[in-house]
Amino acid sequence: MKRAAFDQKWFPVLLLLPQLSIICLFFYWPAWQALRSSFYLEDPFGFGSTFVGFENYLRLFRSGEYMQTAWFTLVFSLSVTFLSLAIALLLAVKADGVLRGAKTYRTLLMWVYAVAPPVAGFLALILFNQRWGPLTEFFRAFGWDFRIRLDYFDTAFAMIAVSVWKQIPVNFIFFLSGLQSIPKAVREAALIDNRSAVSRFWTVTFPLLAPTGFFLLIINITYSLFDTFGTIDTILRNNPGDQPITLTYQVYLDGFRGQDIGGSSAQSVVLMVVVLALTIVQFRMVERRIHYT
Amino acid sequence: MASVTLDAVRKVYPGGTEAVTPTTLTIRDGEFLVLVGPSGCGKSTLLRMIAGLEDITEGELRIGDRIVNDVDPADRDIAMVFQNYALYPHMTVRRNIGYGLRNRGASAGEIARKVDEAAAMLNLRDYLDRKPSQLSGGQRQRIAMGRAIVRDPALFLFDEPLSNLDAKLRGQMRIEIRALQRRLGTTSIYVTHDQVEAMTMADRIVVLNGGRVEQVGTPAEIYHAPASTFVASFMGAPPMNLLTGRFESGAIRLDHGPALRAAPGGRSGPITIGIRPEDVRLGEGDHVFDVDLVEELGAHRLLHGRLGDQHFTAHVLKDMPVREGRQPIALPDAALALFDAQSGQRL
Ligand SMILES: Nc1ncnc2c1ncn2[C@@H]1O[C@H](COP(=O)(O)OP(=O)(O)O)[C@@H](O)[C@H]1O
Ligand SMILES: [Mg+2]
Repeated sequence: MKRAAFDQKWFPVLLLLPQLSIICLFFYWPAWQALRSSFYLEDPFGFGSTFVGFENYLRLFRSGEYMQTAWFTLVFSLSVTFLSLAIALLLAVKADGVLRGAKTYRTLLMWVYAVAPPVAGFLALILFNQRWGPLTEFFRAFGWDFRIRLDYFDTAFAMIAVSVWKQIPVNFIFFLSGLQSIPKAVREAALIDNRSAVSRFWTVTFPLLAPTGFFLLIINITYSLFDTFGTIDTILRNNPGDQPITLTYQVYLDGFRGQDIGGSSAQSVVLMVVVLALTIVQFRMVERRIHYT
Repeated sequence: MASVTLDAVRKVYPGGTEAVTPTTLTIRDGEFLVLVGPSGCGKSTLLRMIAGLEDITEGELRIGDRIVNDVDPADRDIAMVFQNYALYPHMTVRRNIGYGLRNRGASAGEIARKVDEAAAMLNLRDYLDRKPSQLSGGQRQRIAMGRAIVRDPALFLFDEPLSNLDAKLRGQMRIEIRALQRRLGTTSIYVTHDQVEAMTMADRIVVLNGGRVEQVGTPAEIYHAPASTFVASFMGAPPMNLLTGRFESGAIRLDHGPALRAAPGGRSGPITIGIRPEDVRLGEGDHVFDVDLVEELGAHRLLHGRLGDQHFTAHVLKDMPVREGRQPIALPDAALALFDAQSGQRL
């Protein structure tokens, strides 16, 4: 039989080429561009640029507006991450109790949840509609004059609520499969050793979910920082005014609306550093036997 | 310490499988009872109903004087050892063993003392601060034992606790568990599909078949007086020889063989005749055993072949000269067990 005669050295490279070019084209090159232009002051009309060193960064940290956005981003990310994890975990624990053993039922439920996120986000926006949203009317019934896009707090509330709403299904699926992968006998041993269901949850179930939970924590922080852009943009309808925005949205505003390429690049670099830090933390934790078995 | 009483306890799973038919059974105080039977016969289901991990469909279960049908597992004063150990992977050995005590409000000092005691008893002293994943199968098995004994419960439940260990370790742990139970005197119910484990460990054996109790008795009773062909063929390695025969003109005959002995009463028709391989006498008698294989086992040998046209196995001690081919063999009257050819019940 004749063997395929590929040059041993080039064949692996050939296989890697599509992936490598995508990474270079859509990640390394833009990242490098952002890093480079963060040190320049770019003329908005494209007439060249001037090297300004760290000026763009200094401008950022001196700006009250930027610091306020940073502060809101922190509150926003922590709220979204905590709430979407907590609610999803609660739902998963309840579903797990019902679904134990009923495998087909479980698969069906997972499907529904896997399909839901975009629809859920859209529905949530309808719910908060200023004029006829049922939730807006519900809040009004309790004397809360809910004014999305007009009131800073109300807008922030809606942003967080919608972002949490969209992320719950993903977290739910991971938590549910995490719960279902805890051996049945381990739960039964706990049932014999411990009469309190609450205590069983915190001493056995929760620690055994830690690997899943940690993975989701990183995913959710990343989500709340970046993937919420669309939600925020939908809510603000491209017109932030005095309303709350996150750092990612600020990059877009300053870069594309304000034509401040240098400042916007500096902001991108700051975000990249945040992601880098998150990644390092993640690798550290993975190394440190957070996985059992 | 407690006795356990099952009164017509039955289990039907939601799918409709009747895993345990109504079963009445008493486990005496301090007894080591073994539930044995082939896979799927309902052993685990029965044990798990006693543990409270499975609802009881019908009937009444008492531990001591208390009806426990609706009592939570944690409140039944039982401890269970699972097949795959079911240790808490995120806890150290010390915390694994002490977990049940801690949840029952024992003081830190008491927990430490009891865990140390149990660890000493099970040779786990040096491993108390390790995680289960860092230990061998045998050591994990001991942790599971430690978790059970440290609470000093009224009842131990074991569900095939040794089936994940290799043969040598299994033999060793068998003896350890039995010795430990003797020392503590705790009533124990032990599930296994391994008839050797059942024979060697039990005070009494319950043989289960298809969710039904076939026989209850001491290992000797079960071995020497099996109540049915099922028990006769399940217990003992090699199992009892079961030959087809018939009542004929006042005698019992093997099919295509000479008369064995006088028949009780004036019966006629087919019959199953059982004899243990070690109860035959080689080199005498009027039956012909055609040996085609000799299995050498050191202390004894097994001869496999045919008696008439039926498979037959004989067990002979090592000093007995053996050869292949046709030879005379005697089936002593006293060693014969007679079973109904249809129902398999002993006559
Ligand atoms: N959770 C369950 N749901 C439905 N049927 C079950 C369940 N568990 C066991 N069974 C059935 O009940 C019977 C007895 O099972 P089990 O008690 O596990 O047997 P054993 O332990 O003797 O192997 C089997 O036919 C098994 O398929
Ligand atoms: Mg079983």
